[in-house]
Amino acid sequence: MTTQLNSSFRGTQDLPKWLSPSLLVGFFLASFGLQVLLASNSDSADINFIPVAIFGLLSFTLALYVISRVIEGVRKAKDRLVTIMVSTAFSLALIPLLSLAYTVVTKGVARFDAEFFTFSMRNVVGEGGGALHAIIGTIEITGIATLISVPIGIMAAIYLVEYGRGTVARLVTFFVDVMTGVPSIVAGLFAYALFVIFFGPGVRMGLGGAIALSLLMIPVVIRATEEMLKIVPNELREAAYALGVPKWLTVLKVVLPTSLAGIATGIMIAIARVIGETAPLLLIAGFTASMNYNPLNERMMTLPVFVYTSYANQGVDMQAYVDRAWAGALTLMLIVMVLNLVARLISKYFSPKG
Amino acid sequence: MSKRIELKSLDVYYKAFLAVEDVSMVIEPKAITAFIGPSGCGKSTLIRTLNRMHEVIPGARVEGQLLMDGEDVYGPDVDPVRVRRQVGMVFQRPNPFPTMSIKDNVLSGYKLNNSRMSKAEAEEITEKALVGANLWNEVKDRLEKPGSGLSGGQQQRLCIARAIAVEPDVILMDEPTSALDPISTAAIEDLAVELKEHFTVVIVTHNMQQASRISDMTAFFNIAGSGLPGKLIEYDKTEKVFSNPTEQQTEDYVSGRFG
Ligand SMILES: Nc1ncnc2c1ncn2[C@@H]1O[C@H](COP(=O)(O)OP(=O)(O)O)[C@@H](O)[C@H]1O
Ligand SMILES: [Mg+2]
Repeated sequence: MTTQLNSSFRGTQDLPKWLSPSLLVGFFLASFGLQVLLASNSDSADINFIPVAIFGLLSFTLALYVISRVIEGVRKAKDRLVTIMVSTAFSLALIPLLSLAYTVVTKGVARFDAEFFTFSMRNVVGEGGGALHAIIGTIEITGIATLISVPIGIMAAIYLVEYGRGTVARLVTFFVDVMTGVPSIVAGLFAYALFVIFFGPGVRMGLGGAIALSLLMIPVVIRATEEMLKIVPNELREAAYALGVPKWLTVLKVVLPTSLAGIATGIMIAIARVIGETAPLLLIAGFTASMNYNPLNERMMTLPVFVYTSYANQGVDMQAYVDRAWAGALTLMLIVMVLNLVARLISKYFSPKG
Repeated sequence: MSKRIELKSLDVYYKAFLAVEDVSMVIEPKAITAFIGPSGCGKSTLIRTLNRMHEVIPGARVEGQLLMDGEDVYGPDVDPVRVRRQVGMVFQRPNPFPTMSIKDNVLSGYKLNNSRMSKAEAEEITEKALVGANLWNEVKDRLEKPGSGLSGGQQQRLCIARAIAVEPDVILMDEPTSALDPISTAAIEDLAVELKEHFTVVIVTHNMQQASRISDMTAFFNIAGSGLPGKLIEYDKTEKVFSNPTEQQTEDYVSGRFG
């Protein structure tokens, strides 16, 4: 006979691992069955899945809580209850996201073909045509906006973190906060008003769109860079100063490289944030069916505006327009996903290795 | 090269707060001078005035005179950046540059200042500094690896190598071993003793055994109460300070009665 040590660490018995998932499945099936039964009695043919889910979840929660409380004790029962609540909240948050991705992909694939990426909409009424002009426009306008915003944003953040003291710095911080809240349509109006001064009323230009987007991007870049510069330990700056390195070189060669990964990620997020802007581009870049590679001249199409106009101005063959709108939306989503991926890769390869 | 440092009634302020009052002393070249005293008495504050590092803190300033081989460090056209090239500093927590390899860390004093050098020169300086910091044998096979991969004690010696690579006249160390284990501490102490053959070494320590083991001269600082300035109480040969101090406060401190 083996003598069992009486340990004070041993708690109550645990529920077997398979119990909770099988209870979940069981109660959902039961709930479904009940609904089928009710539906056949009241001869309304279709089954609503929302009550199935709610009833299944509630009965599962109750049953698991009671069983766990009896067998495992109060603490573990509470733990299971909270686990269910947190998982439910998570699933609820995920549903719109998955549903959105699903909708865009299923509706977008119809026109996600070679023609879509090789043709503009010039002389197209009805089927066919593509969004190459919009893709080029989006790349050029967002690219120029990035070229404008990144140097200004990074330098402003360096000023705020490394040099700014007193009233000027507080003012800059205040205006950055204000700029963060500027509605995008206001940025578009500003760019339009600015270009009217030089080119007269009715001006349409890709560059104007880039200016409007950079207005939206700059505060995001400043904020992200500021945060990254702030977390560079002061000890590194002091180490450089103690070696007789002047402040500007310390910033350039110690602080910036140390925070490069974070800054790059911030820039990617800022790009992703503005690439889907529609309203300001509608105002100043306008819309067109033709290719235009020149951001300094005439209207320029962009993907969000392409989606909007395809949907808003449907021609006779409505389905062709709607399909193109969804394909444009899918393209935009893929571009944002690629940007996020690039941001991750950058932060992986540039962050200081330990 | 190593330089003699002379402090003449030096007061150090943080804005309006007088942190260290009226310090006059002569720090000898080719010797180790230890600053001891209870925490908050201004040891770090004072040592940072020796290479004008305290100026990094907004509002910090100095009154009085600081001479290095007779030259006024706070003279009107003195560039603090040039002072720091001649007075190296090692901090309490090892702080190698995380984006740089071991070799680049050693050469950082040159590279960060955009100095050009040949490959052969770079290798020679690296080896000399790492040998000087007793680190060469441990890292010679992984010079291209990041410096942050080393142990704490190795990182601290890397920081010392970085400081001596630019061939300064003076090396300041602010509690360089307080974040290290006893074995790494012993390695740094041995190194400090070797360094004094070429440099003026000033070391802040709250470890009195350390001061008595390695230093030639010891300065004891004390503070009368919080909010009051730290003062230099006694400055003499280390043996004298530890065995037969003149001041009662020093006696109390070194015999472990407070602090
Ligand atoms: N950056 C600072 N700003 C204001 N006061 C400071 C600063 N650093 C240190 N002090 C004050 O100066 C005094 C001396 O501090 P410190 O030199 O760090 O002492 P120790 O190194 O001897 O422990 C303390 O009263 C401390 O509060
Ligand atoms: Mg200190």
